[in-house]
Amino acid sequence: MSVISSTKNLEALSFTLVAEFDAGVERVWQVWEDPRQLERWWGPPTWPATFEQFDFEPGGKAAYYMTGPEGEKAGGWWRFIAIQAPNSLEFNDGFADDKGDPVESLGITHATVTLEDTDGRTRMTILSTFESEEQMEQMVQMGMEEGMREAAGQIDAVLAEHARA
Amino acid sequence: MSDADVDRLFQAFSDATRRDIVRRVTVADYSVSGLAALYAMSFAAVQKHVAVLERASLVTKERRGREQIVRGNHEGLQKARRLLDEYEAIWRQRVGRIADMLAEG
Repeated sequence: MSVISSTKNLEALSFTLVAEFDAGVERVWQVWEDPRQLERWWGPPTWPATFEQFDFEPGGKAAYYMTGPEGEKAGGWWRFIAIQAPNSLEFNDGFADDKGDPVESLGITHATVTLEDTDGRTRMTILSTFESEEQMEQMVQMGMEEGMREAAGQIDAVLAEHARA
Repeated sequence: MSDADVDRLFQAFSDATRRDIVRRVTVADYSVSGLAALYAMSFAAVQKHVAVLERASLVTKERRGREQIVRGNHEGLQKARRLLDEYEAIWRQRVGRIADMLAEG
């Protein structure tokens, strides 16, 4: 089980997740540092993310979009605040319009990622802080639509297996 | 949840005193004057904060004799909690995908 714990702070609108991976810190750092690897896990298989810009340095910007099953696109951006390879990363995460420009009204999520070595394995802690409940709702709606589609795909796969059996 | 509802929730949560009031009245009943005694501000100011929370459906207010009793609104709070639960699901899926990737080498 990769996820060890998760904590929600309702009043502070924050979320903490701790996960452990069977790989060294340097290897896990790559899944954040390398946009081609990041693309393989940030969005679900049905809504893959494509990073068009990735200036991985303090103050640098990343721009990405996610593509849905019908070809629809949802844009986002990151702004890197602090980077201490291979142990910590801090960035703001927000929505973008069709042209990739930030949509300020939808708010920003502040994320801090920490990687620690635990006897050759890696403990990853993610702390997400939301600006407002409105923004958290947007975030979840965007993610949930993807999640539901993914779940539907999994059910289809199970049904297909049963049909063959 | 309509846009107006969302705006009210956003406004309600944007203030530290209001977040503190929510935290307190979720675990125990407080009168408005009882809450006012906790903060370095006037009774009227605290009453205004409570009114904002009431409009956002985060607390309810009920008259008991000469006191107004404030309680956490379970349903309103559940809505905020549900959002965090859904966000957690998104991250659990991401962690699962990272683990799969790492297993591939």
